[in-house]
Amino acid sequence: MSEYAIEMRNQLVGLFGIVERNVYLTKRYFLWDLAFMVWTIANTLTIVFIARSAGLSSAAENTLATRLLVGATIWAFLGIIFEFMTETVAWERWEGTIEYTFMAPLSRLVHLFGQGAYAVLYGLIRATILFFAVAAFIGIHAPHANYGAAFALLALGSVSFIGVGIMTSVLPLISPEKGAQLGFVAQGVMLAVSGVYYQVSVMPEWMQWIAKISPATYVLRGDRNSIIYGTGLVWADVWPLLIIAVLATPIGLAIFRVGERHAKKHGKLKRAG
Amino acid sequence: MSTLAPSTIDLASRLDREAPAVEVRDLRKTFRRRDRKAGRFARKRPWPALADVTFTIARGECVAILGQNGSGKSTLVRLLSTLLIADGGEARVFGHDVDREASMIRRLVNRVSVEASFFKKMSAFENLSYAARFYGMTPHQTRKDIPEILGRVGFPPERRSEAMENLSRGMQQKVALARALLTSPVLLLLDEPTTGLDPRSKLEVQDFIRQVRAEHDATILLCTHDMAEAESLAERVGILDRGRLLFLEPVEDVKRRFGVETLEQAFFAATGREFEAEESDDDDDEYREVFA
Repeated sequence: MSEYAIEMRNQLVGLFGIVERNVYLTKRYFLWDLAFMVWTIANTLTIVFIARSAGLSSAAENTLATRLLVGATIWAFLGIIFEFMTETVAWERWEGTIEYTFMAPLSRLVHLFGQGAYAVLYGLIRATILFFAVAAFIGIHAPHANYGAAFALLALGSVSFIGVGIMTSVLPLISPEKGAQLGFVAQGVMLAVSGVYYQVSVMPEWMQWIAKISPATYVLRGDRNSIIYGTGLVWADVWPLLIIAVLATPIGLAIFRVGERHAKKHGKLKRAG
Repeated sequence: MSTLAPSTIDLASRLDREAPAVEVRDLRKTFRRRDRKAGRFARKRPWPALADVTFTIARGECVAILGQNGSGKSTLVRLLSTLLIADGGEARVFGHDVDREASMIRRLVNRVSVEASFFKKMSAFENLSYAARFYGMTPHQTRKDIPEILGRVGFPPERRSEAMENLSRGMQQKVALARALLTSPVLLLLDEPTTGLDPRSKLEVQDFIRQVRAEHDATILLCTHDMAEAESLAERVGILDRGRLLFLEPVEDVKRRFGVETLEQAFFAATGREFEAEESDDDDDEYREVFA
């Protein structure tokens, strides 16, 4: 086997290691995950019930409830990705393993992408449970829903979300105390400008410009249309996601490398306490 | 130990056969931190962790660097582990620059630090699997190698699946040793591996280090503040004092040079201060920088 092939194989084994580690942790924290799921469902219900109190016709109420549910589900999905990515450094710093992970011969791309891949997988499972649990509870009907298209768009958007997540995962490296919280600020801002519960067109023009570069804008719009109207994959939603997906990961990685070098210069790449 | 080497890692091809295991020249690292006594809002001031440190370690040699808390030992280990970037000078591991060729060095080096550092909810087996994957070791390999190496460090087989948080400090440190050796590093950095252990665990860990020395051709850099440990394990001993390496020689040469009988007396002769009485206001050189 050539040295390049060995290196590729080793990196793939490392990628598997990241996913495997997260599976172990999910198993260990299963009850906590269950409690978190209940909290997410309760939180989503508080949003979706707004449709019931709007005094609309039955059909309009159903449409609004579905719109709110899609927004809340994407919010929860994105929340998991950002949490996993932003906490990549924070968790390992807390557990004390950060130095061992960062001195290991694992490429940073594989390290961070592995974390993102597990986050997407885990987030998709949670989002699916959340969507159908709340839809059943509220009694939402989606007879035309094209779940295949909605799922495909979410999967495509996930590549971009991982890239953006890599950008935010650098924050705890630069600021060990406040970095993780700043990651959640980034998540909130991204969803606010992407029209999480509303059309982008209702926002001020300058926010609409920012919405154009947010992958969440296209995922939210496409998924709403797929679930409410049964629309398939629409090129107008797909091509921006493809471009952002191609750009986000290299940019995120470049930002992370700068942050990692800063942390190494200032002695911040180390365990807490 | 050679049977534990992952077959997929061709370390030999990564070594410069002519170069020493470690070559450090005029290495400098300065952190900025507040003086604890000056209060929370005092200005940060430069704090030299390493000041023009120069030494070499030959292949297969075991060298001990002695120093008190805050003397720069951990900084040195972290620089050689590619976790820090020096302000000046250079450090090479088997001929590779630790900054410019970090990815090359990462395959060659592993370490054991004073804190065992594991995912506390995960078991010893799971933690070792996680670490081993980064070095290209597949589940097929680790299913065989992890029980073997845990057996060698005297870890009870029935506790392999127990969460790390339930294990004693001594047990955790044994798993840390197993983690470092699992990947068959050619340079092993031991940063106070026995600090905080009870006397029995300490002796067991020291015996294991001797065993590794006898059976494996790894080069070892042992950083410790335990003079007896340094004397019993290393071929050469150096003292790092406030970031400066005072000497690095065989113990007998040190004693002869200063005309003393112990390393404590040598430290006093070299610095004019008692080794134990030295004020050590920090457990870690860069702690304040991290939480600034």
